[in-house]
Amino acid sequence: MIRPVREKFPLSLRSLRKVDEVKRPSSIWSRMLGNTKFRWGLTIFMLFVLMAILAPVISPYSPTLTSFTPLDPPSLKHLLGTTANGQDVLSQVIWGTRISLGVGVGAGALSIVISIAIGLLAGYKGGLADKILTTVTNIVLVIPGLPLIIVVAAYVRATGPLTIALVIGLTGWAWGARVLRSQSLSLASRDYVTAAKLQGNSDAYIIRQEILPNMISLIVANFVYSVLSAILAEAALEFLGFGNVSDVSWGTMLYWANNGQALLSGAWWWFVPPGLAIAMVGASLALMNYGVDEIANPKLSVHRKRRANKRS
Amino acid sequence: MKFVAQRFLFLLLSVWAAITINFFLPRMMPGNPAEVMLARYQGKLNPQALHALALQFGISHQPLWVQYWSYLISLLHGNLGVSVSYYPTPVTTVIAQSLPWTLALAGTATVISVVAGTWLGVISAWHRGTIVDDILPIATTVSSAIPYFWMALLLLYLFGFLLGWFPLGHAYSTIMVPSWSAGFVGNLLAHAILPLSTILISSLGGWLMSMRNNMLHILDDDFMTFGEARGLSSRRLVYIYAARNAILPNLTGFSMALGFVVSGALLTEIVFSYPGLGYQLFTAVENEDYPLMQGLFLIIALAVLLANFITELIYARLDPRVREE
Repeated sequence: MIRPVREKFPLSLRSLRKVDEVKRPSSIWSRMLGNTKFRWGLTIFMLFVLMAILAPVISPYSPTLTSFTPLDPPSLKHLLGTTANGQDVLSQVIWGTRISLGVGVGAGALSIVISIAIGLLAGYKGGLADKILTTVTNIVLVIPGLPLIIVVAAYVRATGPLTIALVIGLTGWAWGARVLRSQSLSLASRDYVTAAKLQGNSDAYIIRQEILPNMISLIVANFVYSVLSAILAEAALEFLGFGNVSDVSWGTMLYWANNGQALLSGAWWWFVPPGLAIAMVGASLALMNYGVDEIANPKLSVHRKRRANKRS
Repeated sequence: MKFVAQRFLFLLLSVWAAITINFFLPRMMPGNPAEVMLARYQGKLNPQALHALALQFGISHQPLWVQYWSYLISLLHGNLGVSVSYYPTPVTTVIAQSLPWTLALAGTATVISVVAGTWLGVISAWHRGTIVDDILPIATTVSSAIPYFWMALLLLYLFGFLLGWFPLGHAYSTIMVPSWSAGFVGNLLAHAILPLSTILISSLGGWLMSMRNNMLHILDDDFMTFGEARGLSSRRLVYIYAARNAILPNLTGFSMALGFVVSGALLTEIVFSYPGLGYQLFTAVENEDYPLMQGLFLIIALAVLLANFITELIYARLDPRVREE
C-alpha cells in the first residue's frame, strides 16, 4: 500500500510547507513511470494502441478482402501468409487490434468504475451498507465467471463487441471492489480524514481530496488487471464463436483458424500471430501490474546490494 | 465453531445466488431464447416434454414467484430437467458422465500447479537479485498472459500434429473399451498429458508470483536475520523458517484462483474435445440445449463454491487468526 505522503512528514510547523509542495497524485504517476517494468509494459501497450489507430495506414490490404491464394505460407507479398478464405493474416492482425483492445479497455473501464463505486461506498460508509455490499461482492467473486459469461452470451443472440464488453465488464468487478474496499476502510480511519471531517467538509469532498488520491496506485493496478482479464475473456468468447464472427478481431481470427482446420493443414501462420498478439498485450499489462505492485510494496523491489552483502 | 457456521451461511447464500441467477437468466434475456429453442424442437420431442420445457423456462402464465418456488422444489429433488440434445436422457445423467473427467483433469493439474508453482516461488525469492529471480518472473509473466485455449492449440499443433507424440483429442481412443487394464490406463494418460500441460503452463505463474511476494515479505523479518546470525543452514532457513510462514497467504489465493482454474480447464477441454463439463457446456450451447447448459452452469458453480468452502475451513484450521475475526 502506498502510505499517504502526509504521514511521512510529521505535521510540525516547519514541515507544513513541505507537505504543500508535494503533489501527491503527480508524485505517484512519476514514480510509476520511473519503474522499469511499468515503463516497458506501457511502451509495448502503447505500440499496440498506435497499431490500432494507424490500422488503415500500415495495413497492407483490407482485412476482409478474400481474393488471395488460400493458405499461402508467409512470403514477401503476404508477410504472415493467408487464411483458408484467402485473407491476408497480417492485415487481419493489425485491424483486429481495434476490437480486441477496444473491448478489453472498455470492459476494464466499466469494471473499475463499478469496483470504485462499490469499494468506496462500502469501505467509507461502513455499517449495514458495507455488510450488504461486501456479501454481494464475495458472492460475485466466487461464482465462476467464464461459465456465467458463456451462458449469458448463449442467450443474448445478437452479440457484437459492445455486448461482449458489457457482459465482461458487468461480471468482472468483484476482485477490484474487494481490494478497494479494504483500502478505503483503512484510509477512512486515518487522522487526516478525521481532521477533514471535523473541518466540516462534505463526504464527496473528502472522498475526492483525501481518499481517492491515496488509492491511485491501487486503482491503476486493478484497472490494468481488469483490462488483462477482459482481453483474455473476450478472446475466449470470440474463439468459441460467441462474438460476431464476421468482425475482425484476434479472437474471431482464432475461431476461423480453428474451424478452418488451420492445425490440420499445418497453417501455423494463421493461428500463431493472433495468439502471440494477445499474449504480448497480456504480458505488457502484467508487467505494468508488477511495476505498480513494486511501488506499492517496496519490499518487492530487489535490493541487490544488500542481498549480495548478506550472501557473501 | 462460529467461524464454521459463518462460512456455511455464506456457502448457502452463494449457492442460493447461483440458483437464482440460473432461474432468472433465461427469463430476463431479450428475444425470448427459450421460445426459439422450443420452436426448434417442436415435433422432435413429445408434447409432454415440450410442456415441461416451457414450464422450466418460464413460458407460462403462472406468477413469477410460483415458477420460482416450483423451480426450487424440483432442484431439491435433484431434477434438472431433460436434455434436449440427448433426449430423453435427464440432464443429471449427462452431467454425471462428464463430471469425473473434469474433476480428474482440473484436480490433477491444480495440485501439480500449486506444488510446483509454490516451490518455484520459494526458489525465486531466495535467489532474489540473481539471474534465477530475473528469468522466472518474466517467464511466468508471459506464460500467464497466454490464453489457455491458444496454449492448447499450440501444444496440440506441436506435439499432436507435427511430432505426433500425443493423440489429437478425446479422453481415450474410441476403439478401446474402458477397463483398468494397463493398456487402457496408458491410453488415458497419453490423452491427458497435453490438456494437463496446458493448464499447468498457464496457471503456474500465478502461484509462483504470489509465493515469491509472500516470501520476500518474510525474508525481511527479524527472525530471519536472527536465524542467519545463529548460523542456521540456508536450507533450514528457507524451508522451515520462511516458506512455512509464507505458504499460508498462498492458500487464500487458492480459493480465489479456483474459479479461474475451472474456467481455464473448461476452455482446454473444448480445444481437446475432452469429454468433461466444459466440452459438454460448449456442445450444449452449440445445440441450443438450454436445460443441459443451465444444469452444467449450476453444477460448475456449486463445485467451485463447495471447494471454496472447504479451502476456507482448512485455512481456518491452519491459521487461528482467521477464526478470531
